[in-house]
Amino acid sequence: MEQGYNFAYLDEATKRMIRRAILKAVAIPGHQIPFGAREMPLPYGWGTGGIQVTASIIGPNDTLKVIDQGADDTTNAISIRRFFARVAGVATTEHTAEASIIQTRHRIPERALREDQILVYQVPMPEPLFRLEPRVAETRRMHALAEYGLMQVRLYEDIARLGRIGTAYNYPVMVNARYLMSPSPIPAFDNPKMDRMPALQLFGAGREKRIYAVPPYTPVKSLDFDDHPFRAIRAPHACTLCGSTSSYLDEVVTDDRGGRVFVCSDTDYCQSRREKAA
Amino acid sequence: MYVAVKGGEAAIDAAHGWLAAERRGDPALPELTLDQIAQQMTLAVDRVMAEGSCYDRGLAALALKQARGDAIEAAFLLRAYRTTLARFGAAEPLDTGGMRIARRISATYKDLPGGQVLGPTFDYTHRLLDFALAAEGAPPATVPEREADTAVVPRVAELLAREGLMQREPQGEAEPTDLTRDPLTFPADRSARLQNLARGDEGFLLGLGYSTQRGYGNAHPFVGEIRQGRVTVEFTPPELGFPIAIGEIDVTECQMVNQFKGSLTEPPQFTRGYGLVFGHGERKAMAMALVDRALRAEELGEEVTAPAQDAEFVLYHSDNVEATGFVEHLKLPHYVDFQSELENIRAMRADAMGALKQAAE
Amino acid sequence: MTPLLEASGLSLRFGAIRALDDVAIDVWPGEVLAIVGESGSGKSTLLRVLSGQQAAEAGTVRYDGADIRSLSEAALRRLSRSDWGFVHQNPRDGLRMAISAGGNIGERLMANGARHYGDIRAEALAWLSRVEIDPARIDALPRTFSGGMQQRLQIARTLVTRPRLVFMDEPTGGLDVSVQAKLLDMLRGLVRDLGLSVVIVTHDIAAARLLAHRIVVMRHGRVVEEGLTDRVLDDPQHPYTQLLVSSVLAA
Repeated sequence: MEQGYNFAYLDEATKRMIRRAILKAVAIPGHQIPFGAREMPLPYGWGTGGIQVTASIIGPNDTLKVIDQGADDTTNAISIRRFFARVAGVATTEHTAEASIIQTRHRIPERALREDQILVYQVPMPEPLFRLEPRVAETRRMHALAEYGLMQVRLYEDIARLGRIGTAYNYPVMVNARYLMSPSPIPAFDNPKMDRMPALQLFGAGREKRIYAVPPYTPVKSLDFDDHPFRAIRAPHACTLCGSTSSYLDEVVTDDRGGRVFVCSDTDYCQSRREKAA
Repeated sequence: MYVAVKGGEAAIDAAHGWLAAERRGDPALPELTLDQIAQQMTLAVDRVMAEGSCYDRGLAALALKQARGDAIEAAFLLRAYRTTLARFGAAEPLDTGGMRIARRISATYKDLPGGQVLGPTFDYTHRLLDFALAAEGAPPATVPEREADTAVVPRVAELLAREGLMQREPQGEAEPTDLTRDPLTFPADRSARLQNLARGDEGFLLGLGYSTQRGYGNAHPFVGEIRQGRVTVEFTPPELGFPIAIGEIDVTECQMVNQFKGSLTEPPQFTRGYGLVFGHGERKAMAMALVDRALRAEELGEEVTAPAQDAEFVLYHSDNVEATGFVEHLKLPHYVDFQSELENIRAMRADAMGALKQAAE
Repeated sequence: MTPLLEASGLSLRFGAIRALDDVAIDVWPGEVLAIVGESGSGKSTLLRVLSGQQAAEAGTVRYDGADIRSLSEAALRRLSRSDWGFVHQNPRDGLRMAISAGGNIGERLMANGARHYGDIRAEALAWLSRVEIDPARIDALPRTFSGGMQQRLQIARTLVTRPRLVFMDEPTGGLDVSVQAKLLDMLRGLVRDLGLSVVIVTHDIAAARLLAHRIVVMRHGRVVEEGLTDRVLDDPQHPYTQLLVSSVLAA
């Protein structure tokens, strides 16, 4: 473990401050809590919010899994996993089932999470309304008054123009029928997994200095219309490696003549299916 | 069969090794020492201290060396170090009136008590490359020793205020906001705004300040005074209950004098825009003062029309460490999201092609 | 019967200027009330105070018996997007210019909880016909519309939730005379068919005569005369009203 730094990098007073923000966030599902995000040794926008949340909840007995794009071996996931191995000396794993804390960027693991697990999302932009209203003071008022008609208008415009809702990722959700929330840039495919998930879901946005949460078993509904219901989109193929027809797939271009294969984005899920089959 | 790229761990290690070699450059040449950087790249060091918001020349020089001279990367390094340090409290307000002055100029008065002191400035140099500097070992130019000026040099803003022509700033007893501890909220008070600007990117503030002069925001600024020099930092330890001097720092202060037409409750008078930065950062201090004044538009009852007057716009985008992180995060993998977009656009194209075909039939 | 909107003792100063000086006003269900006066008479300020967008220094505004200042911001905003409507002089202030005509009409429905795309669209189509805009333009952006069409779109967007009370600020102000006449005619039909209560601010006496049941004349922040439209316009009592009426006759 790295000498000269406190366990998990942050000092205890900072961790307490962040845990207070987390408790508040859990008490008001989907509501963004401002917090005194610290300067981290990793760049803003690269997971500083998720790292601070993880750092303030992690203990020596935890087992950490870090994924980016669903994969454990992407460079940023490796960098963050190494960071915690270095400053907290905790056990790390690539297996979803073995992890007590999973920090993620852009995916929810395919394997269903349990009550004794916490999913920590890295969030680049916590405000779901920012493209419609860039002023933070105004969006806070809209949340306070639950004025979300404008977001629905955006979906209406999509259907009118494109025949379908054009949002494929970072698809807005209503949490506990009260707060409009950004699920972070996960594919819309993952949205249904958030609904009544047994695991606690925590969201950290370092640059924007906000924390929010979805407590276990909380209803999370993707915005839609009664006659244009939300649809989870995935590539209509089977995984070339494990044959899964239900997991979210990455498209891998194999040559410059249109050749491509589709493989599971969740590397641990794919690997364990292959091991089982073998 | 082609499988998605693996081996990220090895790639990261190799990349960092390469970076270290690039930083060192040709090993046949002597390595830069921190003293050389601190002594000869003083303005780069000053900028890193200002934007890294940590006054330590040695650490700033180290950050510059490690960052291969990239000022923003160096500020980032310094900030990430700073955040691990214990915070003891807020210092007493700096008394820039008692500054040991190296430079002091006013554009509003030809002469004034304390005089105009040009100091070490690029102003009035002809920007001709000095090839003598390319020859190594040139003897250092001798500097005439200036007698230490112990006289208190009154501030121009104070001269105006005594006449009632300059709006007095309220004396705040409360400890100023610290944005490194508490998140920015709106409306942001002046102390939060000034801290944000003092830490802000020089280029961003320069552009915004410039825009106020070109009609984006109704500015009529005069440089009341710029002063540069050394001030004493005082701190009151709770166990003592009285302030003690804990050190000296170099700062640059700029007070811009701006017209104000008055309101129902206040007669016409001058108002000030304020800039203060670590080290010698005259350009930044001036830009900061312009932007500070522009951000006061709302409280002074002026119409808010220009980007520099929009507090949310300015304060949320001034921090170059935040900005560089978020801009550069675009190079992280986004292929999961992109895959969703791919499927979505394929489906929409299929719908549209179907409709076109139907229309053609 | 009780008034839908009751205001009394309204006063507001901007520095030395009295924008409102002890103004009292009632609006009855189904009634169109015109507030007339020159610019600077305080009529637009009155409209903002009545619609809760600005607070008066003194006096009360009651809607349906409740003091609107006692409502929470949430309740007032809910009222503003359901029971009330506001038609701005410049349609750009009342429309979302980057959103289609259909989206503009549908916004209030969606803000009030409508979640059926087909129903929202059907309602938008019906309203476009009603305000005489070609329903084929439903997906067009308002900026491709003429000024008169934009104003009619704003009216459709406002009336779609069937408000009980509509505030209108010089709704024909920026339009050509021929377009004005058509719009006034359409407004008169809508007000009658929907049984709306309307408070309309205008400096156009002809518009007031065509639409209003009752007229309030304002000058220097005070109500100088009020009464039934025909009575006020045909037999003005106050010298200022006489001047207003004669100047329109002269023009």
